[in-house]
Amino acid sequence: MSGYRRLEVNEVGDVTVVRFRDHKIVEDVNIQELGQEMFHLVEKERRGKLLLNFSSVEFLSSAALGKLITLDKRVKAHGGLLKLSNIRPEIFEVFAITKLNRLFDIKEDEADALAAF
Amino acid sequence: MHTSDESWTWQCENKFPSDTRTGRRILEEVLRELELQHWTQRDIFCVHLAVYEALINAIVHGNQEDLGKKVHFVCRLSPRRVHVEITDEGPGFAPDSLPDPTDDAFLDKPGGRGVLLMRAFMSRVSFNPPGNHVILERDRSDAARASIK
Repeated sequence: MSGYRRLEVNEVGDVTVVRFRDHKIVEDVNIQELGQEMFHLVEKERRGKLLLNFSSVEFLSSAALGKLITLDKRVKAHGGLLKLSNIRPEIFEVFAITKLNRLFDIKEDEADALAAF
Repeated sequence: MHTSDESWTWQCENKFPSDTRTGRRILEEVLRELELQHWTQRDIFCVHLAVYEALINAIVHGNQEDLGKKVHFVCRLSPRRVHVEITDEGPGFAPDSLPDPTDDAFLDKPGGRGVLLMRAFMSRVSFNPPGNHVILERDRSDAARASIK
């Protein structure tokens, strides 16, 4: 997979930093593509350290949360590390209400997250 | 939730095939009206999220995205409240029988988060038996400051 439609992928040292091209992660087709691209990073490109930067995300649905949960499982199955950062307060509230802030390692910003790998 | 004694200033009603794109377009119409009525961004975010989850439940889970099945959407807006009713043609479900998605045993399992989010972000949510009709209401958070009666 040479180009990513839903993701912006960069390297900072040995950490793969991912940003989302969609500001609103809701449409099922987009969520499916998002999932495929994230799983490709983990399973095909063997990126062991993955940071998801949510700075551009204004809205996400429970289906998107489901994809993140699956990603977390796959990263762990490959012995990798996954962190999330730059989550807006209203989006963080969604993680908190669903208690997914207990499942994911969420950092305030990218610098904090990179330092924590 | 009684609607007869509220002063509704705006309403929309749609019956549409089970297509998420159409559902989103209708929801955008509601959110645009909330913007025009100067509801807070916080309220708009909450309504957006909860009503979107309810629409997905109706379209995807209730009607199985069968374009032959319709979703009935009603929205009413008053100076202090937004009222939404969504009905699908599915068999319904028992929302109280869903596993608690915040339980450690189910944290990583699909299912139940949509209803959880609906209840968290709206003032009132009720499902009429057999569960294919949901009513969601949110009270305007700045009604007192805006001197809304």
